[in-house]
Amino acid sequence: MSARSASVLVNVTLMVAAIVVLFPLLWMLSVSFMQPGEASAFPPPFLPAHATLANYHELFERAGMGRYLLNSLLIASAITLLSLAFNLSAGYAFAKLAFRGRERLFQILLGALVIPAQVAMIPLFLLMKWLHLVNSYGGVIVPGLATVFGIFLVRQYARSLPDEMLEAARLDGAGEWRIFLGIVLPLLKPIVVTLAIFTFLASWNDFMWPLIVLSDQHWQTAPVGIAGLAREHQQDNELMMAGSVVTVLPVLLLFLGLQRYYIQGLLLGSVKG
Amino acid sequence: MKPWAAPWTFVGPALFVVGAFFALPVFAALLLSLTDFDLYALANLKNLRFVGLGNYIDVLRTPLFWKSLANTLYFVVVGVPLSIAASLGAALLLNSPLARFRGFFRTALFAPVVTTVVAVALIWRYLFHTRYGLINYALQHMGLAPIDWLGDPHWSMPAIILFAVWKNFGYNMIILLAGLQGIPADLYEAARIDGATRWQQFRHITLPSLKSVMLLVAIITVAGYFQLFAEPYVMTRGDPLQSTVSVLYYMYEEGFKWWSLGRASAIAFLLFALTLLVTRALLHFSRRGEQA
Repeated sequence: MSARSASVLVNVTLMVAAIVVLFPLLWMLSVSFMQPGEASAFPPPFLPAHATLANYHELFERAGMGRYLLNSLLIASAITLLSLAFNLSAGYAFAKLAFRGRERLFQILLGALVIPAQVAMIPLFLLMKWLHLVNSYGGVIVPGLATVFGIFLVRQYARSLPDEMLEAARLDGAGEWRIFLGIVLPLLKPIVVTLAIFTFLASWNDFMWPLIVLSDQHWQTAPVGIAGLAREHQQDNELMMAGSVVTVLPVLLLFLGLQRYYIQGLLLGSVKG
Repeated sequence: MKPWAAPWTFVGPALFVVGAFFALPVFAALLLSLTDFDLYALANLKNLRFVGLGNYIDVLRTPLFWKSLANTLYFVVVGVPLSIAASLGAALLLNSPLARFRGFFRTALFAPVVTTVVAVALIWRYLFHTRYGLINYALQHMGLAPIDWLGDPHWSMPAIILFAVWKNFGYNMIILLAGLQGIPADLYEAARIDGATRWQQFRHITLPSLKSVMLLVAIITVAGYFQLFAEPYVMTRGDPLQSTVSVLYYMYEEGFKWWSLGRASAIAFLLFALTLLVTRALLHFSRRGEQA
């Protein structure tokens, strides 16, 4: 095979793969602008005959999508901000502060990574019920306040900080928290962004736990909300595609804006696994 | 503040959260799986009884559990190799020196990974629609008969697998791509001078160099695919003929539809044990393979 035809083959294959992969997302967008019922035809139309915002109107005016999105935004933001505080301080301490049992504790935490979250969900539900957090933002936020993965990610990154710099600050009489907030945190900025986008995306997209703990529509997140809508509106494809668009678009845009950090986190997190 | 205490103010809050909302519930789940916790116990704890391994025996005697296990294994055994093959193919293409616009293609192929599984499952439910679905439209163009994807028990799981491959392959693609970029270029250079074909280079340089990355990817994917839940919940509700009831879906229904929380805990532990067994076996066989 000549170099030229090899090059054509590689690039055409990539092009076809990208079209196949992106097609469902583009089609979702297109169908969401169709008249109700328009997409239930054979052959299915590729583009709306007369683009309309009717589905989005219906979605926000009648189906309560605005509330679901607001819930998602508040929950994902709260988890992101609070878990950053918990995971950053713990990850830094596991990397740089000496205390008794540090290595052993960290090994236990790493060992816990093999336990799937679902094992804990049933007692967690009972615990949340006991704490009166079922059907509240707290029910989703509280269990997400710290994650082993987050602690691990920060520790991996913080290990490369120079010890001499921390020692120098200690000799100057600075307390550990002042060193952390004043010197360490600015140096951790890349991992802060990485962990923030990772956590936000994971919380936004999370389904099973919010489904369990938020049975009241008033508190449901966007994924739980549209899953419920999809059961009620089996035939309303245009409406459901509009629901998918508003659920997926925020995270997709966030990823496009910060993808360098996201990919870095993905690789850092899988180094040790 | 005493100097020895300072580190604990850093790790304490996170350890408390992980302990109270993860470790404690895991231990509680183990205890719960040995009781008959149900709707009556939920109302009044006096109705709670210790049943020993009763739930486990009960679950292992329930045909639907074995059905859900078979469905989940089908999803793992077919879905994982397909996903990894797609990831490897895409990573090889992206790593090719001939490829152009790599940044764009990498982003495009990765995009489904960051989407919300429920939302994109709805798109695919529509793509798989028997009458209006684009996939059957494409089949018709190729002269094939339409398939009742989500209504025929033979096709429902393949449909979910296709969806899962599309949704997930980008993740491993990134890890494998990093692995490919880590292979020293002079290995290929030397092979070319020795007259090795592209296939021989792939077989004798690329694949062996990727071995540890492949193992990592396989373990992450197997562990993830055993947790199949949202896809059948949205696309099929476990139907047709319970052909897409996964173990986790079964656990969810037992626990939160019928409120048999003791039984559901037993199912969770059985799934955990199985996942652990399979991932350990993968690790074990790959180590043995290295020694041979």
